[in-house]
Amino acid sequence: MPPPSGVPPVETDRDPGLQPERTRLAWRRTTLTCLVTAILALRQAVRSGASALSVAAVGLAVLAFLAFLLVAHLRIQRLGAARPAAMPPPTALAVAACMLALAVFGAAVVW
Amino acid sequence: MSDIGRLRAARDSVLLWFAPARVQDEGTTPDYRFSLANERTFLAWIRTALALIGGGFAVDQFLTDHLTHWARLVLSLGLLAAGVACTLRAVNHWVRCERAMRLGTNLPVSRFPAALAVVVAVLAIAMVTVVLAGWAG
Repeated sequence: MPPPSGVPPVETDRDPGLQPERTRLAWRRTTLTCLVTAILALRQAVRSGASALSVAAVGLAVLAFLAFLLVAHLRIQRLGAARPAAMPPPTALAVAACMLALAVFGAAVVW
Repeated sequence: MSDIGRLRAARDSVLLWFAPARVQDEGTTPDYRFSLANERTFLAWIRTALALIGGGFAVDQFLTDHLTHWARLVLSLGLLAAGVACTLRAVNHWVRCERAMRLGTNLPVSRFPAALAVVVAVLAIAMVTVVLAGWAG
């Protein structure tokens, strides 16, 4: 519950809104969603037969997921601080790169 | 806002993607809780993008009885493209919100959620129609 207006919030080490915790869980949810998407991508490649293209595509999907896992893990560790810094922009760009890799790989196999 | 102003704003935000350290030079650092809320919103958009990308794979894998090869191709490439658009927009919106919070200006408004809602609704209606037609035929 927010403090009544006009009263400054009490400074403690623990954030009463549990913002870092919620942000950590958001990273976990997103990692899980990424895993499901990567598995669907793998299934796609398996169904289309063991050609060189689909083997390369499987490798790319696994790499994209592992890269996301690493980015999420590093960010979750940084969120353990008492006053975590804002997400660095390279983290956002790395996440976007993983998504693009999954989508481009998917488009290649669907095609 | 004029067209030129809009173009300039778009150019500035794309430049910000590639010189991200500049974001942290401007203005004052906001309360970390606001930054974390912005980060969670970014992640929620990334999950939306992942759902669209996964939907693209699912259409190609699970609608084989209902759709011809070309219809599946168009639908799944459309969903994948929507996922890519969603991802790029997530990064752009996150940078712009972070910057607005640092500079104390209004948060950016966007037509993107409405546009995405329309696209998803049209795709969903198209798929339901196709599947029902497949059952009837």
